[in-house]
Amino acid sequence: MTGATPSPDVLIIGGGLIGLACAWRLATDGATVTVLDPTPGAGASNVAAGMLAPVTEVVYGEESHLALTIAAARRWPAFAEALVDASGTDVGYRATGTLVVGFDRDDAAALRDLEAFHAELGLEVEHLDRDALRVREPMLSPRAHVGLAAAEDHRVEPRAVVRALVTATERAGVTIRRTRTRALRRDGGRVRGVTLEDDTVLDAPQVVLAAGAWSAVMDGLPPEATPAVRPLKGQVLHLRDPQGAPVLTTTVRALVRHRHVYLVPRDDGRLVVGASQEERGFDTTVTAGPVRELLDDAVRVVPGIDELALTETIAGLRPTTPDNAPVIGHGGLDGLILATGHHRNGALLTPITTDAVATLATGGTLDAVFACADPGRPAVRPRPAPSDDADRPARPGLQALIDTNRGTR
Amino acid sequence: MATTALTIGEVELGSRLILGTGGASGLDVLERAIVASGTEVVTVALRRVTDTGPGSLLDVIERTGVRILPNTAGCYTAVEAVKVAELGREAFGTDWVKLEVIGDERTLLPDPIELLTAAERLVAAGFTVWPYTNDDPILASRLAEVGCAVIMPLGAPIGSGMGIRNPYNLAIIREQIDLPIILDAGIGTASDATLAMELGCDGVLLASAVTRARDPEAMATAMRHAVEAGRLAAGAGRIPRRRYANASTTDEGRPELFDPTTPPNA
Repeated sequence: MTGATPSPDVLIIGGGLIGLACAWRLATDGATVTVLDPTPGAGASNVAAGMLAPVTEVVYGEESHLALTIAAARRWPAFAEALVDASGTDVGYRATGTLVVGFDRDDAAALRDLEAFHAELGLEVEHLDRDALRVREPMLSPRAHVGLAAAEDHRVEPRAVVRALVTATERAGVTIRRTRTRALRRDGGRVRGVTLEDDTVLDAPQVVLAAGAWSAVMDGLPPEATPAVRPLKGQVLHLRDPQGAPVLTTTVRALVRHRHVYLVPRDDGRLVVGASQEERGFDTTVTAGPVRELLDDAVRVVPGIDELALTETIAGLRPTTPDNAPVIGHGGLDGLILATGHHRNGALLTPITTDAVATLATGGTLDAVFACADPGRPAVRPRPAPSDDADRPARPGLQALIDTNRGTR
Repeated sequence: MATTALTIGEVELGSRLILGTGGASGLDVLERAIVASGTEVVTVALRRVTDTGPGSLLDVIERTGVRILPNTAGCYTAVEAVKVAELGREAFGTDWVKLEVIGDERTLLPDPIELLTAAERLVAAGFTVWPYTNDDPILASRLAEVGCAVIMPLGAPIGSGMGIRNPYNLAIIREQIDLPIILDAGIGTASDATLAMELGCDGVLLASAVTRARDPEAMATAMRHAVEAGRLAAGAGRIPRRRYANASTTDEGRPELFDPTTPPNA
């Protein structure tokens, strides 16, 4: 223990949606909590569109994530209500469902496959033809000739959730320290606390690692305790109708000539259009190619957006694991709880992650719904380093490649 | 002959299957597919992948021990393609480059004029050039003449899964060019890869057929067997096609087990 303040029960590294929500939950449950983040909510939470879409996001090979994502979506109404009560802030939770639309014959075939996959998984979707689609969303292009409606895939506004969480956590007695964490401190196999960037030492019996895309680059994490999380860049744009009325009422996801695009409306007339998926390390440059593709595809979905103001272009980093499922559970050190790797589903998984962290922090064990997020599963276990093979050529100029290629796709 | 290696320059490759890395839903499934395919070479889009950190795609490639064939996907001009290829050489320390110069975003078909120009410049700059080309025998010959190391005609547009749309052209390319021919693009399923090898190709390059399959690891295994099967069949010498049956076992010399004068159900 250092300084005048007593050690908190829990230190949370990372003040995005996950870190803040866990702090609020633990403080509400009676713990003293400190959150460490130089700019809370400025990472992926600031870029995320806020789709709560376990049904329309389902992917082949990721069936085992469904139990978690569906349970996560069901946790949202109560979470949103409690957060609005605690903060006095609307969080933009809107139970308006999601449409998926397709354009050409190939898109239609892909949607048929998706529909068959839904049926196989027991997920309810409604098939819609062109006319039915435009009854729901009159601004949709008449060329969107096939679609699905997922009645239970809703949305939230992540920036509003962050604002609400900052208020709610402060009201619950959480300390938010706007500072970078330099390193994790440990005593053999047990976590002791952290060192901050100004060399302040903070002790705590439990540390929650919720540092998003930066979770694997924390100093002091031994290799065996390092979660396999990498940054996956996503670019997003915001369009705004000067008249103030949103051009859509529901989230629309589209397959436009085999490219995926989504358009998520906000109450204030904005439309969030996303998103690229790029393997570019920690680079967050907004680049012409993905922005052009997003605009091209969005205009095909809703031709009327040509008239909207382009108010924001932004890139963020999803914390992604090799199998795209999160990492939630005890880490490789005693007292370390991992709450990271949420990939595209950070907003969706926020409420249910707080349940898990609250259980873990009080010595409980997670129920089966969290099985896909087990930090010990093979896909995220630390792997042996590649062996030295003199026969293979060296890669001398990777940094040059990264530098020169920044800005292209 | 079936088990002999594919030689590109001074490198011998035991597997005649080359995998593209685009389209996988995650790195774990991609890694399992690479291992299952038995491939020794994967191709990576230089313009789309720059992450080299822990847990990145390049980390996966390094761990699986396969060689990297950098590609110029996303380039529309010879100048861009040459520049990107040079970045790849510097980054990966390899002279290999899979040359893609695309003419159009919708079809992703090669721009033959820019392709030939880029190939010529890259050969002059000392690259081992693997051009992704149309299934045009004349263009393929021109690419061979300017010094490409391999010729990679398409079976059908990239990602289309339409198989080999013009086997006659492919056969002509095979006959006319004395370089390794690797079918690149269009493969939808295992039989397409087998057909490519039966037509005399020296190898097959594919990505979507595996990475976008419902079970990429299983499809990668299927492709490994398909390429081996096609290669073996091409070397084994198929029988001629004939209109009428030709019993595999003839009646000649067989003992009479039944008295032919007795009806069968007597």
